[in-house]
Amino acid sequence: MDLLNGIIIFIILLGLGFFVGSATERKHFQDLRDREYRTRLLPILSIGAKTPIREADEAALVVGSVVIASDYFKTFVASWIQVFGGRIAVHETLLERGRREAILRMKEDAIAWKARKVVNVRLETAELGGQMADSGPIAIEIIAYGTAVK
Amino acid sequence: MTANSPSGALILTTLESVPGRRIVKHLGLVQGSTVRAKHLGRDIAAGLKNLVGGELKGYTELLQEARREATQRMAQDAIRKGANAVINIRFATSSLTQGAAELFVYGTAVQVE
Repeated sequence: MDLLNGIIIFIILLGLGFFVGSATERKHFQDLRDREYRTRLLPILSIGAKTPIREADEAALVVGSVVIASDYFKTFVASWIQVFGGRIAVHETLLERGRREAILRMKEDAIAWKARKVVNVRLETAELGGQMADSGPIAIEIIAYGTAVK
Repeated sequence: MTANSPSGALILTTLESVPGRRIVKHLGLVQGSTVRAKHLGRDIAAGLKNLVGGELKGYTELLQEARREATQRMAQDAIRKGANAVINIRFATSSLTQGAAELFVYGTAVQVE
């Protein structure tokens, strides 16, 4: 009886993670596409640290960051893939979302400052230790920063 | 979050120069850091959010606030040294234990024209 209850709860959580998680993901990707289209005119470059930027005479630091977490379903699938090895596609989309979101927030910050472009952009990823060290759900902070010039 | 605002006139860039200005003096490395522990209430909310995934807004805000503080400390350090700009800024994050993270910012303090 206890085992049955456990299995039922597990299936409910897995279903919740799968349905709500994929709906959130779909919505997030749609939102990212919209905002990327709106901010497409602001160029962002990862060069600029050593190259002199001649046409600029004002500069400001711009930062965008996001903490993103996997869902119950993704965590479960990932823990199985880790047994056999191979690509963990469920986490690839998670990191892609995080990175695009961080870059967008940085761009929006730069647009608010009326920047013409953002140079020397750096991306940084840090894992925030989850409640359960290795096998637990992952939470990742992604930060994008650069120098806005005008 | 424009990290520029709290420090007033201080120019912050990730470049090795300040666009439109000439560097007259290097004043050395400046740094600012802060160690933050997770908030219990936010942690519980994050635990629930971990079931369905997505952005953990509480943590995003917590870390943004911490990074702003670290940047401010770096700016104060630079002002104490008599700088009016900090160049080549880099951010670093390290998670110390399960519940705490260190946010670290460093750069080079300079005087520009």
